[in-house]
Amino acid sequence: MGPMDDLAAAAVEAALAAGARYADARAMDSRAEVVTARNGVLDAIHRDERTGIGVRALIGSSWGFAATPDPSPAAARVAGERAAAIARASALVAGPDLELAPVPPVVGRWASTCREDPWSVPLDEKVALLEGVTREMRDHGATTAEAATRVWETRKWFRSSEGARIEQHIRECGGGMSATVVGDGETQRRSYPGIRGQYGTRGWELVREIDLPANAARIADEARALLTAPQCPSLDATDLILGGEQMALQIHESVGHAVELDRILGWEAAYAGTSWLDLAELGRLRFGSPLMTITADATLPGALGSFGYDDEGTPAHPVDIVREGVWVGVLSGRDTAAIAGLPAGGAVRADGFNRIPMVRMTNVGLLPGEHTLDEMIAATEDGILMDTNRSWSIDDKRLNFQFGCEIGWEIKGGKRGRLLRNPTYTGISPRFWGSMDMLGNRAEWRIWGTPNCGKGQPGQVGHTGHPAAPARFRGMRVGVRG
Amino acid sequence: MSAPRAPGGAGNAGGPGIASGVAARVLELVRDRAPGAQAEVVVRSGTSALTRFANSFIHQNVAEDLNHVALRVALDGHVAATSLDGAADEDALARLVAGAFDAAAVSPVDRAWPGVTAPEDVPAVDHWDDATAEASPDDRARGVAAFVAAAGGLVTAGALSTEATHTVFANSAGQAASGRSTVAALDAIARTPSSDGVARSSSVAFADIDARAAGERAAGKARSAADPTDLEPGRYEVVIEPSCVANLLGFLLIYGFAGRAVEEGRSFVRLGEPQLDPLLTIREDVAHPRMAGLAFDPEGTPRRAFDLVRDGVPRAILHDRRTAAMAGTTSTGNAVLGANPWGVVPASLVVSPGTASEEELVRGMERGILVSDFWYTRVLDPRTLVVTGLTRNGAWLVEDGRIVRPVRNLRFTQSYVEALAPGRIRGIGTDQSLLADEDAGSFLVPSLHLGSWNFTGGAKG
Repeated sequence: MGPMDDLAAAAVEAALAAGARYADARAMDSRAEVVTARNGVLDAIHRDERTGIGVRALIGSSWGFAATPDPSPAAARVAGERAAAIARASALVAGPDLELAPVPPVVGRWASTCREDPWSVPLDEKVALLEGVTREMRDHGATTAEAATRVWETRKWFRSSEGARIEQHIRECGGGMSATVVGDGETQRRSYPGIRGQYGTRGWELVREIDLPANAARIADEARALLTAPQCPSLDATDLILGGEQMALQIHESVGHAVELDRILGWEAAYAGTSWLDLAELGRLRFGSPLMTITADATLPGALGSFGYDDEGTPAHPVDIVREGVWVGVLSGRDTAAIAGLPAGGAVRADGFNRIPMVRMTNVGLLPGEHTLDEMIAATEDGILMDTNRSWSIDDKRLNFQFGCEIGWEIKGGKRGRLLRNPTYTGISPRFWGSMDMLGNRAEWRIWGTPNCGKGQPGQVGHTGHPAAPARFRGMRVGVRG
Repeated sequence: MSAPRAPGGAGNAGGPGIASGVAARVLELVRDRAPGAQAEVVVRSGTSALTRFANSFIHQNVAEDLNHVALRVALDGHVAATSLDGAADEDALARLVAGAFDAAAVSPVDRAWPGVTAPEDVPAVDHWDDATAEASPDDRARGVAAFVAAAGGLVTAGALSTEATHTVFANSAGQAASGRSTVAALDAIARTPSSDGVARSSSVAFADIDARAAGERAAGKARSAADPTDLEPGRYEVVIEPSCVANLLGFLLIYGFAGRAVEEGRSFVRLGEPQLDPLLTIREDVAHPRMAGLAFDPEGTPRRAFDLVRDGVPRAILHDRRTAAMAGTTSTGNAVLGANPWGVVPASLVVSPGTASEEELVRGMERGILVSDFWYTRVLDPRTLVVTGLTRNGAWLVEDGRIVRPVRNLRFTQSYVEALAPGRIRGIGTDQSLLADEDAGSFLVPSLHLGSWNFTGGAKG
């Protein structure tokens, strides 16, 4: 598979020679580009490239990880030896015995699908797109109009001491924009397609499909309209309909992170937090209503959390997380799964060659229901519709959340009424999901990409996907204020 | 994208001498292509290591060599930036320069381009400790072992890190600066079945980290926070410990004191007006003996000490060269490397200590809550700085100056500006603590006693 594969092999061999009983390594070559515009003018073009090797070594039950930005055979071997030395140091404060969950070693290749290579799109075309939409938003009253496109390309060569040898080529891209208006004492903002934009393991065709120019004027107009809209009322219990973009965030925060097995096991207790879920209740705990079926599926074509193999060499496969409201699965890697007595979940990834692979979301989301958004509104006598995430806060057990949206609408007598500004809602996860009584159908269903999921020490940024559709929740507390 | 190279070539930017050579070579490559171009280069190299533990054993233990080269060029006002993490060999540097030129070629003229920094002396600051730079995985593991042992049988989790970096700046106008920095940090908890207690310690010197004392403190806090009960939401006095204060000031400065926020009318700050409590004085001061970090920013601007807030009155705005030029002033040395939506961040923030110990601050509360940490704080409105978040790692109800009982985590929805408004600060602690973060800046801050904090929900929602 070439010289980078050889580097990974050299790192693994060196770790084994230094005493490791298992080792794996990723040689990576990646590049990224971000283009941003502001108020009709290009703001920045930034391109970054990263090359290096990261190697893990297991001695006893203790791990060590070392990374070098030097892609030479000598440096790869030094990194392997260093990983083993670090594992030996870890053994000074060792954990219980560990046998990795078995994964048959794979020799293979995988590449994401890309119809239009984002690197082949001329920079001046990207600049013109972003300058045009931000100019349009300014023309429609935005105080600050921002837009961005992002492109990532990663090639990685994985080797393990068990014989795995995998090459992957993943291209991701996407973009988004926002209009902010400043009023007396507060600001309002509208984003499109969502607060984080829209991203996938796809080519530039994704950026063309989201059609930023067709939505620029609309979101600026909506942001201005929000300034004079009435406040979302403070109500202890009302019917709440969430749009698809907000549902993606809701799933990410209150389901995706909660079912990460490293959190459940306490491995993130001091930083990202733990989980309210107890493994003893796996398979019988009621997480939500019978409408709630959630999978973690890294095989979804074009989704931002898709890949061929995770960073432990486990082939991508769908994992049931919640089935008809019952909690049945977790996101795991080979070590966490072994501790829990589960099969390897194939959900371990690293943010670059210099970061240790850890449990990350793949594409965690809802299977569709049976209703349209219009049907949900028509079935609601008195409620509020909210969409597009604006703020998100959830406790360290992923149980108690308070989310704010950019925009809301009053619902009266089955009809969408006046705009509402500063809509927020708060709840407790199983109670919230238990109150879901209507869920969007296949036509409403969409896979959202989240390119900025933070986790780990040192910090890592993960790319995750979230299939979602609008849904209705009964008896929710809304309009919490400071 | 690059191909592997043979061993022994010019690669890792290594120490300061090699890094200076890399920076000079990049400027040379720029000059070769466009003699009149403006350019600035930052080379950052070194090592970063972090030992992580949970359930009282080390479960993640990592080390990496750092080698980051960042370039920004301006060709007749067309500006673009590139960077690389990897081998700084001739091929890679040539790609770095070519990438910047390609991007600049399609950029419109940047009418707000402020130009590069003119040659200027940089303050003599050297927050460096040799032993920290040489700290081994065994050193960190022994620190973890000491924390675990001191927790007296409680389950523990956390991280102990060391970092040592050399940074070199050079630009086409002749400004050159170099510096080095070490930081060691322990951030860990001890856990009972119903509570967590936290202890933190950061310093330029690893030897200053007393892991045993931290373990005892974390365990003591965890035990005193055990079996918490619900507390009715509402407005309470609070004593917030240093990590909460750093969180509060981070939002206050990024949303209020950042040059771009002011320029765009999103800031609450009105310079010269008594907007904050007169007890509050906030300075940027990288030369403070307990601070960490470098004496120049990624634009090569020297970081000099200045008051942001003096006796409750905002006195200055944080600027990089761009926002400073737009505001008709000079950069304060708060630029950030790479693409960054905020524009600037506080780099070395110092809140003047008060006269009361944390215990004395607690004794000053009639009915309030002592809070260890804030968690998952998010801005609901950037102008009023209404923020929602939760308490974490211990909260205790205080009545008549005495801790009565631990309470379950509470959600708050609070304007951070209002929390520090005139008359709201009732006491400032003597317990100045360093919270060092490579990306978010370093904070040297004490505990605060605030008159009112709006708790809007309990654990039950």
